[in-house]
Amino acid sequence: MIRVRLTYKKEASLKYTGHLDLHKVWERTFRRAQLPLAYSQGFHPQPRIQQACPLPLGFISQCEVIDFWLKEDLLIDEVRAALIPALQPGIEVSKAEIIPLSDPALQTAVIASDYLAQFNSEVNEQMVSNKIDDLLAESSILRERRGKSYDLRQLIQQCHLSKGPHTGVVMRLTTLPGATGRPEEVLDALGIDLYSVQVIRTALMFSA
Amino acid sequence: MITPLEVRQKIDKFLLSVQKPGRYVGGEYGQVNKDWNTIPTHFALVFPDLYDIGVPNLGVTILYDLINSRKDALCERSYLPWVDMESQMRDNHVPLYSLESFRPLSDFDIIGFTLPYETLYTNVLNALDLASIPLHSKDRGESHPLIIAGGHAAYNPEPMSDFIDAFVIGEGEEVIHEILDVFLHCKTEKLSRYELLTSLQQIQGVYVPSFYDVSYNPDFSIQSFVPQSDNFPKRINKRFIPKLPDPPSKFLVPSVDVVHNRIAIEIMRGCTRGCRFCHAGIVNRPVRERSVDQIVNSIEKALIQTGYEEIALLSLSSSDYTHLPELVDTIIQKFAGRNLTITLPSLRIESFSINVMEKLRGSRQGGFTLAPEAASDTMRKRINKPISQEMLLETTNAIYKAGWTSIKLYFMIGQPGETIEDVQAIADLCKIVLLEGRKVIGKKANLHAGISTFVPKPHTPFQWAALDALPSVLEKQNLLKDQLRKPGLRMTWSNPRETILESALSRGDRRLGAVIEEAWKRGAKFDAWQDQFNFNSWMDAFDTIGISYEFYTSRQHQPDEVFPWDHINPGVNRKFLQAEYQKSINGELTDDCRDNCYSCGILPSFINIRRKNPGDFWLCPEVKK
Repeated sequence: MIRVRLTYKKEASLKYTGHLDLHKVWERTFRRAQLPLAYSQGFHPQPRIQQACPLPLGFISQCEVIDFWLKEDLLIDEVRAALIPALQPGIEVSKAEIIPLSDPALQTAVIASDYLAQFNSEVNEQMVSNKIDDLLAESSILRERRGKSYDLRQLIQQCHLSKGPHTGVVMRLTTLPGATGRPEEVLDALGIDLYSVQVIRTALMFSA
Repeated sequence: MITPLEVRQKIDKFLLSVQKPGRYVGGEYGQVNKDWNTIPTHFALVFPDLYDIGVPNLGVTILYDLINSRKDALCERSYLPWVDMESQMRDNHVPLYSLESFRPLSDFDIIGFTLPYETLYTNVLNALDLASIPLHSKDRGESHPLIIAGGHAAYNPEPMSDFIDAFVIGEGEEVIHEILDVFLHCKTEKLSRYELLTSLQQIQGVYVPSFYDVSYNPDFSIQSFVPQSDNFPKRINKRFIPKLPDPPSKFLVPSVDVVHNRIAIEIMRGCTRGCRFCHAGIVNRPVRERSVDQIVNSIEKALIQTGYEEIALLSLSSSDYTHLPELVDTIIQKFAGRNLTITLPSLRIESFSINVMEKLRGSRQGGFTLAPEAASDTMRKRINKPISQEMLLETTNAIYKAGWTSIKLYFMIGQPGETIEDVQAIADLCKIVLLEGRKVIGKKANLHAGISTFVPKPHTPFQWAALDALPSVLEKQNLLKDQLRKPGLRMTWSNPRETILESALSRGDRRLGAVIEEAWKRGAKFDAWQDQFNFNSWMDAFDTIGISYEFYTSRQHQPDEVFPWDHINPGVNRKFLQAEYQKSINGELTDDCRDNCYSCGILPSFINIRRKNPGDFWLCPEVKK
């Protein structure tokens, strides 16, 4: 048995495919690639696939990660070669590696995520920059989500304006079970309309 | 003119505010993207219902593959946006567009609608309107796409004849190529729209309604139906494929969940049983089977192409497939251990069916479905679906014994000649089935009764029959609802007002076009969806146009009446249907016609085709040279 970790881009139309549907997309991709998937035991055997933290609908990503288990000890090049023609449009694999079977579950390994909220049209950079400074100067930003109140400020590890060809808000947000910073919440706190930007997840930070 | 890029940019701004935006952006695995500029014929295939229903549709799958396999044509798809998306599209001036290239439908040369059922008609109008294409065929000019339609509902094309330029009657696999050839020829030669339609009318199976005139009797019935020229046929013979080609091996794999996420393979077409209410059983004659090899090879290819984990083997009556045991054994042998789910719907009520299902049973098995349709011997004879009470109970007991805890039984109320006692028999039967089941496996056993209401359909022995009146249907439904309210029993039923609409549209004539348009203007759409169906809009539309729907629904039609669909020839003749209707009234049965030919008319209609295609894949008798 081997455990394979893929890092991939999720773009184009696939940004409107949610986490659960994406799981099926991958399951079918592995079947098309005719990879010998390992299945869970029990009455309803399921292919062993783990996705990292869900990407909200409408976001694209340069760094999604998925683990899957194969019954046979294939070489990573064989896995990659089988996968390429079977990929769903909108997915591009940037890295494939065999990782130790005993590595921690993917869901618990991620601790933070980097995002870029790229503006669709020109903005007053100074104004956005000032808003970010004001936001970071707060000691707490109490917000409510799904009826629960929480402190957004504590989840913002970094935030700044990136200039140049990709003007946007760059942020690093805590991504832990029960303490996940959401880019749309930060944008809302900054008074930026979610439809005026394209949010891109640019990196996932793993625990050492 | 809006460009594909503009469409994408516009919808991107509101897609996150609609339910399930993945429906509206394409990007499926298997999607075909061909070069618009170098390919002469651009065909848009529209399934006029939600994406979720349309993607698994086998007709769309087949045509998409066939058209795209041509070098001179490309085929893109479109479905109807749900109401939330539609209002966003209208507010933001986004026309209906194709999911491959995001081009407005009005850019295409041909738009083909598939019409599997009548309650899609308002959606067709909505699609044309969303595409900014004139609704009426007569208002469309040289710059507009050709609008064609086909599918089961097209066997009575008349209600939609104002809106569709040309209908295709019957199976599409061959005729679609003939249509594309004619279209390309006319386009290359720069012929007019009129000349194009004239050429299309020369193709067997194509019907251009504007070339035919109808006159009416004072009693509102049809007097005559005549072609405007001797060059046009008096009757349109349907098309069918004598020997079924290989099933499609290419399926689209969407990136969002749809109603059926599976490979669908037809094992045969048609049915020899002759249930008297059944439209599909008549219009899909003759029965033609695929070989086991053909089926198994297609499954093999499709599994690799799609990555799907479910296979559905489709037909109108799976138990009648001649090589069923061999097929099941081969499939088990070949695909065991691959964690696949294989479904085989439409099994007959007999213990062999349980055998088959047990063999196919994967790890995820739902309920077991059977369709007795009637519960009294009188009704079983009337509808020509005989099954003894003993055989039914023996089968249901065996199903429970074999480990299924849930059985679904389909019944149909409102069939001609039905009494309240016959409906009581349905309730009694359900109770006995469950009682017996509980003796076998205890309280785990449960039963789901699906109660539909009979709709008289064109081209069937019951085409003359009256739709059961609303008070009567309500009384029957109430009886069942009352009696089937017991632990372990569940009942679902159809909305009797939807049944009225379906019935009016099914047997409608040209004059209904105005009603359909009026209902659509009053907001009717997605009529097949319970939460969208708006009976009042329809009633108001009938009133406004001044047509009584009862003329089409609850009226007993005259034996010699000219039907709106008489010029459409499905191959089965009217004399046979009339004899079957009489046998129903007399309570007489007609056997399965694979054992004994009852001269339904298929052979005389298509004798040359049968001569050229001898062999037992086609279940009608051979014809001597």
